[in-house]
Amino acid sequence: MPVTAIEPKGKVTFREDRCKGCGLCVMACPRKLIIVSSRLNNEGYHVAELVDPDRCNGCALCAEMCPDVVIEVWR
Amino acid sequence: MKQVFKRPDCLVDIPFHFCPGCHHGIIHRVVAEVLDEFNLREKAIIAASVGCSVFMYDYFDMDVIEAPHGRAAAVATGVKRARPDNFVFTYQGDGDLAAIGTAEIIHAANRSEKVTVFFVNNTIYGMTGGQMAPTTMIGQLSTTTPRGRDPQEAGHPIHMAELLATLAGTAYSARVAVNNVKNLMKAKKATKQAVRAQLDKKGLGFVEYLSTCPTNWKMTPEKANRRIAEELIPIFPLGVFKEEQAPAEAGVG
Ligand SMILES: Cc1ncc(C[n+]2csc(CCOP(=O)(O)OP(=O)(O)O)c2C)c(N)n1
Ligand code: SF4
Repeated sequence: MPVTAIEPKGKVTFREDRCKGCGLCVMACPRKLIIVSSRLNNEGYHVAELVDPDRCNGCALCAEMCPDVVIEVWR
Repeated sequence: MKQVFKRPDCLVDIPFHFCPGCHHGIIHRVVAEVLDEFNLREKAIIAASVGCSVFMYDYFDMDVIEAPHGRAAAVATGVKRARPDNFVFTYQGDGDLAAIGTAEIIHAANRSEKVTVFFVNNTIYGMTGGQMAPTTMIGQLSTTTPRGRDPQEAGHPIHMAELLATLAGTAYSARVAVNNVKNLMKAKKATKQAVRAQLDKKGLGFVEYLSTCPTNWKMTPEKANRRIAEELIPIFPLGVFKEEQAPAEAGVG
């Protein structure tokens, strides 16, 4: 059977230069799709990233909890 | 796909200086979103306070007067009386509003000033390094209560939202938290009601936001966030303590 690619329902972007790696978005994501990665930004903070973008449904709960308005969401 | 979450227009596009995980950033954004929703950017004048929120004049794209420590409600009174058609609000910490500025907030509320007050209760003096505030909980460690706050010596945590609700001039008083999305949605609703209290000329609108201070609590952002539910909310219950209905809304929901 042909495998049909499923369009992700949502899209999030992280403005990494503003991220302070606090992890509140990690706690907020109901699907546990976000981690604080080992990558550093120019301020020396580990930045948050989405590990499984295809499963994001654009609920925006991560963005709601972000204290630094790092995240933008499309749905 | 269409964009469902973006930076509010009221916030200037520069980074916040707040420590990682500090709820001040969330509360700034909630206030900005509500001001956007009411289209108040051109009409708003802020009486800013002293504390970690001191840089409001950089962050909010509107006119700001920096009040001396604790005096924001008095400054807001003057601004509103001189410019009654503007929307006037303060944003103050618990050291600012509930210690050095207690007289100003109580009398502004009692005079029924048509201003809105956003009060951030993180149970501590953040900016100056974590001294006890009037809101510090019994037993809570701070640099000036290194063995925990002892009520016999240092008094009890003050409950500003309940206290102001007893005054006839207060039109709206609520306590909210932003530690999870469910509470954050209620915080947005309360913020709107406190804005409406002024727009409908009913009296002073007041919202107390429970907030973290991971740095001075000496906790990770995650642990500090959990402390809100585990320790703060049991002492500072969330809820609406006073809500004067506009005549047209009375009796509805
Ligand atoms: C007249 C005066 N007294 C003392 C200070 C020092 N001071 C600056 S901020 C602050 C307390 C701030 O704490 P809070 O209002 O709780 O705000 P936070 O920093 O926690 O957000 C104090 C005592 C001052 N700036 N002016
Ligand atoms: S000292 Fe506390 S209140 Fe101030 S920015 Fe840092 S975490 Fe926030």
